[in-house]
Amino acid sequence: MLKTEYANNILTAYIDGEIDHDSAVKIRTQVDGAAQSLKPRLLCLDFSGVSFMDSSGIGLVMGRYRQMKLIGGALRVVNIPDRMYRLFAMSGIEGLGVLR
Amino acid sequence: MNTVNEMSLSFPSKSCNEAFARSAVSAFIMNLDPTINELSDIKTAVSEAVTNCIVHGYRRVGGTIYIKGKITDTGKVIIKIRDKGCGIEDVSKAMEPLYTTAPEEERAGLGFAVMQSFCDKVRVKSKVGSGTTVTLEKTIAPHNA
Ligand SMILES: Nc1ncnc2c1ncn2[C@@H]1O[C@H](COP(=O)(O)OP(=O)(O)OP(=O)(O)O)[C@@H](O)[C@H]1O
Ligand SMILES: [Mg+2]
Repeated sequence: MLKTEYANNILTAYIDGEIDHDSAVKIRTQVDGAAQSLKPRLLCLDFSGVSFMDSSGIGLVMGRYRQMKLIGGALRVVNIPDRMYRLFAMSGIEGLGVLR
Repeated sequence: MNTVNEMSLSFPSKSCNEAFARSAVSAFIMNLDPTINELSDIKTAVSEAVTNCIVHGYRRVGGTIYIKGKITDTGKVIIKIRDKGCGIEDVSKAMEPLYTTAPEEERAGLGFAVMQSFCDKVRVKSKVGSGTTVTLEKTIAPHNA
């Protein structure tokens, strides 16, 4: 469900499959575990492998944004599939400047 | 407008059933030959409604979730999702975008807004202490090849 990569102070998490309330809890635990021990300057969530998401995906991104602020790092979300972009647009996350 | 197909489902409020519910509904509407976008819209809306039953309606107690589906001869899909959980005190407030009673659980408060934007019509009936019924309607356009 999740592969992570760490290089140059950047932690990249490749999210794979469907994001709903059920899987978001598991993804969150894994990502936060890695971020807490590595304390990266940047957490990069790569959405290219995401085949489905509901509003739980927005909660996941907002939560990681806050989490990274707490440890003094930043968040970036990359490769959002077109079909899912609508959800991001509704959420106002665009204003945080984390989407690429 | 005549009903051409119907189904009903019930299952316990376990979070693994969120994926089951949206897959079952998408299988039900498959013979209307929906586009990938139409299918994804309905799956997303169903996922929102079912998740709400689990995380809000049956919060901590658990219970049974009921889904009824109907397809009419005009290509309209009607999906009813019901819980017998805590109910909603103020439905119009609950439906406001970004309103959530569970921010500490990383809820975004977007579920109802998503259902409204991804379906043609959303109706919510709720009573405190007896539960909530969400009715989603979406017409699948026949594509003339
Ligand atoms: N089935 C339900 N039973 C009881 N309360 C509900 C139910 N569905 C929604 N609510 C209430 O309505 C509020 C708004 O629901 P909505 O789905 O829009 O947002 P959310 O579930 O809080 O967050 P998100 O859907 O973005 O994860 C909820 O926070 C909850 O208080
Ligand atoms: Mg919700």
